[in-house]
Amino acid sequence: MDLYEYQGRDLFERHGLPVLAGGVATTPEEARAIAERLGGRVVVKAQVKVGGRGKAGGVKLAEGPDEAVARATDILGMDIKGHTVHKVMITVTADVAEEYYFSYLLDRANRTFLCIASVAGGMDIEQVAAETPDKVVKAPIDAVKGVDEAKAREIVTAAGFPAEVADQVVEIAVGLWQAFVAEDATLVEVNPLAKNGDGRMLLLDAKISLDENAAFRHPDHEALVDQAAVDPLEQAAKAKDLNYVKLDGEVGIIGNGAGLVMSTLDVVAYAGERHGNVKPANFLDIGGGASAAVMANGLEIVLSDPAVKSVFVNVFGGITACDEVANGIIQALALLEQRGEQVTKPLVVRLDGNNAEAGRAILDSANNPLVQRVDTMDGAAERAAELAAAGV
Amino acid sequence: MAIWLTKDSKVIVQGMTGSEGSKHTRRMLAAGTNVVGGVNPRKAGQTVDFDGTELPVFASVADAMAETGADVTVIFVPPQFTKAAVVEAIDAAIGLAVVITEGVPVHDTASFWAYNVAQGERTRIVGPNCPGIASPGASNAGIIPADITGSGRIGLVSKSGTLTYQMMYELRDIGFSTCVGIGGDPIIGTTHIDALAAFEADPETDAIVMIGEIGGDAEERAAEFIKANVTKPVVGYIAGFTAPPGKTMGHAGAIISGSAGTAEAKQAALEAVGVKVGKTPTETAKLMREIMSGN
Repeated sequence: MDLYEYQGRDLFERHGLPVLAGGVATTPEEARAIAERLGGRVVVKAQVKVGGRGKAGGVKLAEGPDEAVARATDILGMDIKGHTVHKVMITVTADVAEEYYFSYLLDRANRTFLCIASVAGGMDIEQVAAETPDKVVKAPIDAVKGVDEAKAREIVTAAGFPAEVADQVVEIAVGLWQAFVAEDATLVEVNPLAKNGDGRMLLLDAKISLDENAAFRHPDHEALVDQAAVDPLEQAAKAKDLNYVKLDGEVGIIGNGAGLVMSTLDVVAYAGERHGNVKPANFLDIGGGASAAVMANGLEIVLSDPAVKSVFVNVFGGITACDEVANGIIQALALLEQRGEQVTKPLVVRLDGNNAEAGRAILDSANNPLVQRVDTMDGAAERAAELAAAGV
Repeated sequence: MAIWLTKDSKVIVQGMTGSEGSKHTRRMLAAGTNVVGGVNPRKAGQTVDFDGTELPVFASVADAMAETGADVTVIFVPPQFTKAAVVEAIDAAIGLAVVITEGVPVHDTASFWAYNVAQGERTRIVGPNCPGIASPGASNAGIIPADITGSGRIGLVSKSGTLTYQMMYELRDIGFSTCVGIGGDPIIGTTHIDALAAFEADPETDAIVMIGEIGGDAEERAAEFIKANVTKPVVGYIAGFTAPPGKTMGHAGAIISGSAGTAEAKQAALEAVGVKVGKTPTETAKLMREIMSGN
C-alpha cells in the first residue's frame, strides 16, 4: 500500500523525525483552520500519488489564511495526470539551502534491504543515477543487524554528506531505519532531505509503501487506505474476501490460483486479438476451495460489472475437485436467481485436473443454456472472446 | 534420483496439528512420503493418527531430528509464527525447510533469510508462499497434488502453484523428476537459479520447464545463469503480460533491478539466451514435448 505525502509526514512525525508542521484539508475552510493554526506563510500541496505536482500547478505558496483558502480552492478538484485532487496538505514553509536524497527499500534480487543516499537530491534519483552514478551510494542493509550509528555513519561518509550536516543525517538515517522496520515498510523515500537556512535538517517529502502482509500487527494501517480511491467493485469484492482487480475489458475472468488467473488474462487477450480486440475485464482468484458460495460471490461481482459481455471460468482442479466446482457453478447460478439477479451473460467453463470428467458430466446434465463447456484453456479463451465480441 | 527430495527423505511437519497441517500431512502420507512426525511444543509427547499411521509430536525441530533422523521440514504455521518456525529449523540445521505459509511479512522473510546466511546456509529454504516440492513417485513435501503425473525426466521450477499443476498435467504422459514451487513472494529462499543449477547437475533430469511471472528480475538473472551454466534444454513461460502495473513496486526499485519487471522484458531476456518461451501454458508444454520427443 502506497501512502499519500501527508500520511508519510504524519508517520515521520510520530517516529520523531524532523518534518515541517502541517495538516491535511479536504475543503478550503479546513485549509483556513490549518493555516490559522500554523501562522504566517504556508505551502498548499495537492495530495496525489503521482509525480510532477509542482509543474502541474499543484503546489502553491500562500501568505496567510485567506490566500490558503484561495489556493486550496484552486487545487482541490484539479486533475493531475488523471488523478483528481481530493486533499491538500498545508505546511509552514522551509528555507531550503541544500537538497539531498535518502531512502530504504526492499532489494528483491539480493534478498535484503538497500539504502540509497545521494547529495544530489530534489530531482529524479533515477536520472541522477544514470547521469552521475558516482553521486549515488547504494548500501545493502543486513536485515538482522539493521542500521545502527556506525552503519549510518558509514553510509553518510560514503555518500559524501558535508561535515556540518553529517551528525544530523546519521541521526535521521538511524531514526528512518527504525521507522522502516517498526511500520513494516517496503519503501521509505525522502526526496528532498533538505538543509534549512538555519542549518537544521528536514524531511521535506515522503514516499512510503507499507507491506500489506504485515497488516496483522498494524491495526492502525487500515485507516490509511483511501476508500474513496478504491474501485467500488474492488471494494465489494474485498468485503467478500475475494481477490479481485478491475481491468478495462469485456471478458469476465474467474479462476483458481494467482498464476493461473494471470495466465488466463493473457490467453484471453491473445484470443481477443482475433475477436474485436476484446480484453479481460478483471482478475479474480477464488483460491483453492471453490465452494458454491464462493463461486456465487465471485460470479455476482463479475456479472455486476456492466462492461462484462461474457465470463470465462477457468479452473484447474489440484486439491479442489472439479465435480465440486461444477456443482458450485450450477448452484451459484441458482443462488443468483434466488437473489433476484437476472443472469443473461454466457459463461464458458473449462475444468481440468482432479475429477474433471465428473465435473464436465455435471455441467452437461444441468443443461443450463448460459453455460458452455470447452475442455482446453486456449479453446475456452477463444470461445469466451468470441462471445464477448458478439455481445459488445 | 530427483533434486532435494527423494524417497529416502524423512519429513516432519511444523504445524501438523493445525487444520491445514493435518489435512496436508494426510495427503503427503497418501502420496508415499515418509512423514516421521510433527512439531508443536504444546502437544509434545502426544501422537496423531492419520488413517492408521501414528505420528509422534515433538517439542522442537531439534528433538524431532534427534529422534527420527528427519532431514526435511514442511512449515504450515500461520504467518504470525512463521519467522520463529523457520529460525527454529535453521537453528536445528535441518537440510531442507519448505515454507508453505502465505502472507508472511517481507521483513520477517528478509530477517530469517539473513539469519540463514549468517549461519552458513546449512538449510535450504523453499518459499514462503509456495506449494512445495514434489518428486513424483518418490516423495511430496507440501501441497502439490500427487496424482497429476508420474515420474519422468522433466524438471519444473515455478513461481506459481496452479500453473505448476497445469504444466504437470499438460506433460503428465512424459512425467517429471522433480517439481519445485519456489513461491511468488518478493523474497524467497530458493530461486529459479538454484533449481536450474540442481536440475543441470541431476543425471535423471533431461530438460527443464521454468515458469515465471511479472515483478522483480529473477527471470532475467536466470537467463544470464542459463547462458553461462545450463546445457540441458530449457523452455519458459511467463504469466502477466496483460496485468496492470504492480501497486507495490516502488519508484526507487527500478534503479536496483535495471529493468521494469515486465513480462516482455523477461521473455526477451530468456529468448536472447536461446530459451523458447511459450505464449500460453499449452504452447509451452508443446515446446517441451517437441524437445523430449527429439531425444
